Parts: sequence; structure tokens; C-alpha cells
Amino acid sequence: MRPAPVFRALAAPLAALAATGFCALAVGENPFGVFAAMVSGALGGAEPLAFTLYYATDFIFTGLAVAVAYRAGLFNIGVEGQSLVAGAGLAMAVLAGGTLPAYAPLVAGVLAAGVFGAAWAAIPGWLQARRGSHVVITTIMFNFVASALLSWLLVDPLRAPGSMQPETRAFAPGARLWKLDDALSALGSPTTGTPLNASFLLALAAAAAVHIYVFRTRAGFEAGVQAANPSAAACAGVDATRVVVRAMALSGLLASGVAVNELLGAQNRLILDFPAGAGYVGIAVALMAGSRPMMVPLAALLFGFLAQGGAELGLDYPRISPQIVVAAQGFAVLVAGAALGSRRLA
Amino acid sequence: MTMDQAYSWLSATLRLSTPLIFACFAGLWSERAGVVDVGLEGKMLAGAFAGAAAASLTGDVRLGLLAAVAASLALSFAQAWAEIERGGDQIVCGMAVNMIGAGLTAFAGAALFGEGGRTPALTAGERVTPVVAGLDALTLAAFAAAALSAFALARTKLGLRVNAAGENPGALDAAGGSVRATRHIAVAIGGALCGLAGADLSLAQAAGFLPGMSAGKGFIALAALVFAKWRPGACLATCLLFGGLDAVAIRLPDAVVPGVGAVPVQALQALPYLLTVALLAGFVGRARPPAAAGQPYRRE
Repeated sequence: MRPAPVFRALAAPLAALAATGFCALAVGENPFGVFAAMVSGALGGAEPLAFTLYYATDFIFTGLAVAVAYRAGLFNIGVEGQSLVAGAGLAMAVLAGGTLPAYAPLVAGVLAAGVFGAAWAAIPGWLQARRGSHVVITTIMFNFVASALLSWLLVDPLRAPGSMQPETRAFAPGARLWKLDDALSALGSPTTGTPLNASFLLALAAAAAVHIYVFRTRAGFEAGVQAANPSAAACAGVDATRVVVRAMALSGLLASGVAVNELLGAQNRLILDFPAGAGYVGIAVALMAGSRPMMVPLAALLFGFLAQGGAELGLDYPRISPQIVVAAQGFAVLVAGAALGSRRLA
Repeated sequence: MTMDQAYSWLSATLRLSTPLIFACFAGLWSERAGVVDVGLEGKMLAGAFAGAAAASLTGDVRLGLLAAVAASLALSFAQAWAEIERGGDQIVCGMAVNMIGAGLTAFAGAALFGEGGRTPALTAGERVTPVVAGLDALTLAAFAAAALSAFALARTKLGLRVNAAGENPGALDAAGGSVRATRHIAVAIGGALCGLAGADLSLAQAAGFLPGMSAGKGFIALAALVFAKWRPGACLATCLLFGGLDAVAIRLPDAVVPGVGAVPVQALQALPYLLTVALLAGFVGRARPPAAAGQPYRRE
């Protein structure tokens, strides 16, 4: 994707704001009061800010996942399912390694998440490269297969003994990521009470790594050539199957970051539907960032603001459901999708 | 299986297939015209919510049905604007429609009724009730819509144009037809059918709306469309097959398949998606979408 002019990048968040404003008007609230409540709910103070960054962490990972596939000319709609399967792998590794010395379960969990996420994404990639099934449809289908797989795992083999909840038992204390609050309490400062954790730094590092991959490595270059001109790539000896499978596996690897942030950083157990739509928000994030890896964290921050601001709205405006954020994100995606097309048509 | 069980399984199959048939033929109209529709789920939700809300507020099921169609149509207009007028990416815009449908219905439900997005339970006069042999009007309408769609796509001028818009829009344009108008009509027909699919969920299968009640049925319908290789007769058969699987999953948790053992209900739920992937990957026949599906049309 070529760099988009600023107004195109801003069209999506403006659409989200406009949608929120209209919804507020529709229930008889002052839209500007609602915006102010969102800003203070998402940015006003240490706790709101930390929550915003915690949500943004998921969106950085999913935005990068969509972007890295898009750079290879692939549309990965399956980030949601890849995060889910990564979470299943993570939980199995952490629970199996529960008796190992400290940090071993943590490392095993992160590695397993990456392997499972990458493998789940690589299958649709391989199927497209070798069997001609379009990756868009197969990744959509794989989201639902992943969701069914996870709900089976959590009602049957992985459910905590004696529990009626579809969730695993809590992870061992060693298998917890370092949290901002740990540092604050060590310093004697007041804690934020938020799950913001080391995954945020991991996400920023991932953005830098994807930037290097896309612009400074042979593999990233091959993917770009293949996306821009498949026949030129074939002439130059680029192995099409390898490019597609590698791009999808990388995408799934990045999707696994959601599992790391949510399960090792916040929940400390495997629960149903933990990505909560982050995989789909990643599409909007990648579009807004023009698939440029270093822009992804910025776009993700904006969607983190929406998620946290919307979640806090209910306190001041009980008649406004937090689900309004999903609609606002939808309008952002619609406008981003429309803008993507007009650029292509122009 | 006794006669009674067979009968009840059959009628459950027909009932559960109804929203799939509506949504699948909605997708068929749209995609045969060259507009890929991954937004079936969101439009179904819009229809389900508007139908239940209107029926509950007015006490009249007919107004509920009308509202369901209108709400889904409104979403399909937004989709058509982005995809046809702006030439937007059809996958992205379809996913956007799903998010808008899920978010707006939950928001409006909470604002109107304040019960976590649910509508109040509908009473007898506010629901679609069985008319003949335990089948309600929507189930009968679904079969009628399927038959009419098959006829229209194969035998009418509109059908010819729709197929041309999907297979070779340049030829339609050269022959003096409007690709834009044809695609708008096809997407609108799809929008109306999605509204009925949603109405079936909240007015016939359940007595009211629950946030997220479509639970992936729009995507099962999409899978059925692909599995049926975009052919009307096969679409109907596939929807009945997937509806039948659903009926089995509901009736027999942990069904025992001879030679395999107990099958978890989730495996049955995943089966439509797995079958569709297997078909797409060429392990079971070959699926070929309309040639221009997914491509915005621009005059040379």
C-alpha cells in the first residue's frame, strides 16, 4: 500500500466519532459531553491511560498480523481464530509445565502460543498456494473452527476439575508476565489496578521487527515483489508457496501476541473468546496505518482509546451501552475499506 | 429412530434451515452480481433486532417483519455505497457491516429496553406462528424465495443482467446495461432476504432478540453458498444439510457415531466450515466463484 494522505488516515477515526455522536444524539445525550467523557475515561489519569495501552497492545499485535500478510498480497481475516488457537497452545504448555522451575512455564507458554498461532495461519496459506482455495474464505471458516475447538477444549479436556465455568485452572504464579503495577508497588508508588504488562513492550518491539522484516530483509522484499507483481516474482525465482506460507505463518505468530497479553498478562487462565474481536479491529488498524508497521502502534492507540473510552461511558451515561464501540469501530472499518477502494480505483 | 423422533428431527431441520436459506440466497443474489457479501451476519442481526423491537413496541408481527426488512436494507445500502459507489474492498466493508450490525443492535436494544440489549419476551400475537403442519409462514416463505430466486436468476432479464454483472461486467456495460444499477438491485434483494433471515431468528425461533443471537449463522450461510458452488438448487440442499446437522447437534449432545465413538457437539458445529474448506481446497470437487466477484467495476 502506498502512503495515504493524512485526511484519508483520519477519515476512519472521524467516522467512528461521528457514529458515536449520532448514537448519543439518538438517545438524547449531548454528543460533546459523551466525547469529553470518553477522553477523560481513556486518557484522564494513570489508570485510564494504562487501560488504553493495555487494549492497544492487542490491537498492535492484530494490526501487525493483518499488515504483514497484506504486504504479501494476502488478506488474513483469520487473526481472531489464530489468537484463539495460540491461546489453546499457550494454556496447554503452561499447565503442562506447571511444576517446572520459575519462568520455564512462561517461556514455554509464549513459545507454544507462537507455534500454534503460526501453524493455524499457515494451513490456509498452504491451501491457497497449493490447492487454490482463497485465503479470505478459508481464514473466515478457520475462525469458526477455532472457536468450536476452543469451546470443546474448555468444556471437556482442559476445564478446571470441579469447575462449572468453561475455563482452565489458574496458571502457576511463575507463569505471569511482569506488570506495570509490579514496578509501581516496588517503587512504593500507588498502583493503577490495570493489567498493563510487558506485552506492550513486546508489541512495540514486534512493530520494529516487522518494519525491519518488511523493508530490510530478503524475505520481506520477496513478499513485496510477489504482492506487486507475481509474474515478475516468479521470473526472479521467488518461490510463491514459500512466500505465502511464510507470510501467513508470520501473521499467525503476531496474532499469538493477543494470547500472551490476555492470558499471561491479564487472565492467568484460558477463557472462552478472550480476543473479543481484536482480530477484526486489526483489519481497521492495518488499513489506517496503510500497512506500514511503524504506523500500526499509532493506529492501535486510537482504537485502544475507543475501546477504553467506550467501556467507561457507562458510568456517566448508563443508557449508552459499551457495545456502541463495536458499531463505531465498524463505521471506521467501513470508511477505511471504502477509502482503500477509491485509492485503488483512482 | 421412531416415527415421532424422525418427524421432530425433520421439522427441526426445516425450522433451523429457514434463516440459512434466506441468508444463503441473499448471498447468492449479491455474489452472482459480482459483489462478495461477508456481511450477511450483521444484516441478519439488524433484521432480528428491528423485527423484535418493532413487534414488541407495536404488538403487530407484520410491522415487525417490515421493520426487519427495512433495517437490513438500510445496512445493505451503506454496504452498497462503500462497495459499489466508492469501489471499496468488499471483504473489508462486509466485515464492517458485521461490526456495525452487532454494535448498533446491542446499543439500540440497551437504549430502548434497558435489559442488557434484550427485547422483552414477545407474546403470541407478536410472533410468527405455525400455519400448516407445524411450519410457520417464514419457513414457507424461505422455500418460496429460493424457488423464485432460482427462477429469476435463470429465466428473467434481471437474472441475465445479474449474471452478466458477476461474470463479465464489461460485456453488460457494452450491451447498454448498467453494472452499477444491476449490482445495487442485487445487493438490495440480498438485504431484504437477510432481514427475513433475522426476523426468523427473533420472531419465529425465539420470542425476542438477544445480542449476538445470529451466532455465526450468517457465516454458515456463506459457507453453504460456497459449498453449493453458487448454484440455487445446491444452495437449498446445502442449507437443509447444514440445518439438519444443527438439528442433530441440538437433539443429540455427544452423538455416538458407529465405529468412531462419541462425537462432541462442537465437532458437528465445525463440520459445515470444515466441509467448505475441503471443497474449496479441491478435496471434494471444485468451487468456482463468479468471475468478477470481489472486483469493483470501473469502465475502461
